[in-house]
Amino acid sequence: MKRRTLLASSAMALGLAATVGTGARASGNTPLKVGFIYIGPPGDFGWTYAHDQGRLAAQEYFGDSVETSFVENVPEGPDAERIMTQMALSGADMIFATSFGYGPSINAVAQRFPNIAFEHATGYLQEAPNVSLYNARFYEGRAVIGHIAGRMTQTNVVGYIASFPIPEVIRGINSAYLHARAANPDVDFRVVWVYTWFDPAQEAAAAEALIEQGADMIMQHTDSTAALTVAQQRGVSAFGQASDMSQFAPEAHLTAIIDNWAPYYIKRIQERLDGTWAAGNSWNGIAQDEVTFAPFNPRIPADVQAEATAMIESIRTGAYHPFTGPINRQDGTAWLAAGEVAGDDVLGGLNFYVEGLAGEIPS
Amino acid sequence: MPDLSTINPIVLIASLMVAATPILLAGIGELVVEKAGVLNLGVEGMMITGAVAGFAIAVTTGNPYVGMLGAVAAGALVSLIFAVLTQVLMANQVATGLALTMFGLGFSALLGQAFVGVVPPLTPKLSFGPLSDIPVIGRILFSHDILVYVSLLVVALTWFWLNKTRGGRILRAVGENHESAHALGYKVRRVRILAIAFGGGCAGLGGAYLSLVRVPQWTEGMTAGAGWIALALVVFASWRPWRVLIGAYLFGGIMVLQLNLQAAGFRIPVEYLSMSPYLITILVLVVMSSNRGRASLSAPGSLGKPFHAAG
Repeated sequence: MKRRTLLASSAMALGLAATVGTGARASGNTPLKVGFIYIGPPGDFGWTYAHDQGRLAAQEYFGDSVETSFVENVPEGPDAERIMTQMALSGADMIFATSFGYGPSINAVAQRFPNIAFEHATGYLQEAPNVSLYNARFYEGRAVIGHIAGRMTQTNVVGYIASFPIPEVIRGINSAYLHARAANPDVDFRVVWVYTWFDPAQEAAAAEALIEQGADMIMQHTDSTAALTVAQQRGVSAFGQASDMSQFAPEAHLTAIIDNWAPYYIKRIQERLDGTWAAGNSWNGIAQDEVTFAPFNPRIPADVQAEATAMIESIRTGAYHPFTGPINRQDGTAWLAAGEVAGDDVLGGLNFYVEGLAGEIPS
Repeated sequence: MPDLSTINPIVLIASLMVAATPILLAGIGELVVEKAGVLNLGVEGMMITGAVAGFAIAVTTGNPYVGMLGAVAAGALVSLIFAVLTQVLMANQVATGLALTMFGLGFSALLGQAFVGVVPPLTPKLSFGPLSDIPVIGRILFSHDILVYVSLLVVALTWFWLNKTRGGRILRAVGENHESAHALGYKVRRVRILAIAFGGGCAGLGGAYLSLVRVPQWTEGMTAGAGWIALALVVFASWRPWRVLIGAYLFGGIMVLQLNLQAAGFRIPVEYLSMSPYLITILVLVVMSSNRGRASLSAPGSLGKPFHAAG
């Protein structure tokens, strides 16, 4: 597998078409070919790692009836379109593209290959009947870590390493902040935009800058484990992103929001096998086990652990929604009235901070 | 309101020196390569090879310094692939350099699989005794790990060697006009192969600085474009060692400063600052593309041109 990845990424960067898939097997039926496009390397222990875990789980579940393959480090833009086209031409039946910025490419390719099922993670563009969207309610997870951070911070400063100013990231900041503030009215969030999903040196530097500013809780919406390592060195706490990152920072790592894509991948591939696949728009969360948590660090006090667990359960049952009013926008205008719950359409395009957050969202 | 006084300028300068060290090392190495008339676009690949080799050796031996030496050796070794292909087999330098980058990224991912999640041995800060306690200067100058000083020393020695020694003049002659250098009896190919190995060693060390000191951990693809910045740096510096130093600290400084300003709550145009190293370099390249500009920027005359010894 590794060698094929190497070849694939080499071919890709050379400007040649990446060849994906290893051809049909000799034994009877042709397996369903499922391709995955990754923005980073599966070894990032973050976003791409989590998708690859989902792919591996699906491969194991279906065995010989499905053949999965992937291309890693695919930049958003023309490269993505070329690689998806190549996947389609080499016989893929289904393609999962796992980054927000692949949107225009996936829709363009989908229009040319109407018989292939396309699945776009965290996207919003659906310009062809064979493009399906899926996302996870990570903001539910961020509500929980926000609560833990608010309860545990000594300095009342929480540092947040943000990637790009898109709704997914802004939702996370708002959710974490609202629940940190509910637990601790004095809490202050410092957000640093690094304009990358994956750059360990940059993420480490951002964590250091935040710690210099007094942050003793570090959250990240980037994919590497660098910030955790810095937190461990500097003796502050941090939260893992997308997968359990505790091995990189045994003391600092309080918990992590885990992206569990396996149930969705298995369900959708099954539907494709059965011929019942149809484009949809899936947004599952804690309730469907698509958002789960790494084991709580024993450093989290027992009462805080109990509160966090209670919050997880109330989100799971639907008794509680992390965006429940009253919530004002940053400028003080009312957004949600008391008891009002934010609709998915609003959350999907969220582009403003809630009241209390300092700073501006870069344009 | 954001408060500028929460940013400690001394810490800022100290951390920009750390942030700049990987690109400084890789950049000064590439400068020597280009001064010899060779364009090696494989810096990223050599850096990541150094990052994984240095990490693996440091973890295995328990000694970060052995790891750093290993990174130099590993960087030099992969650069020799480039040297053989372009100097002996006369392959195209641009294509071979790009291939080297891809090879390095893939190869390092393969080698590094056993080292994901491993904690490397700590690289200690050097102790300068009472010097480190001097206010301001102590923190800026006497509070670093050995590689920060090594990188400065390499810049100084490179400048001295290129400008003040016979060997350096031969290397420059080879880079300026390889036909003339050849006619004078200099070994063009040998000089270039040695320069390429030096560049590889420096890039490898720069990569090891990322994996052993800066981050410190091994992650696939962790150089994340630092090699390209180092290449840009050489052009930005118009092939002068001290300007590479200034450029590296400038690029490193912009990054560290903008992160600190953001952390302190300032609204700054991050999106533009993030791309500023590339923008500046594109600007320099535009100037360079005119012939007069090229001369005034002192690009080596034979840069990137293949050399056939004519008899």
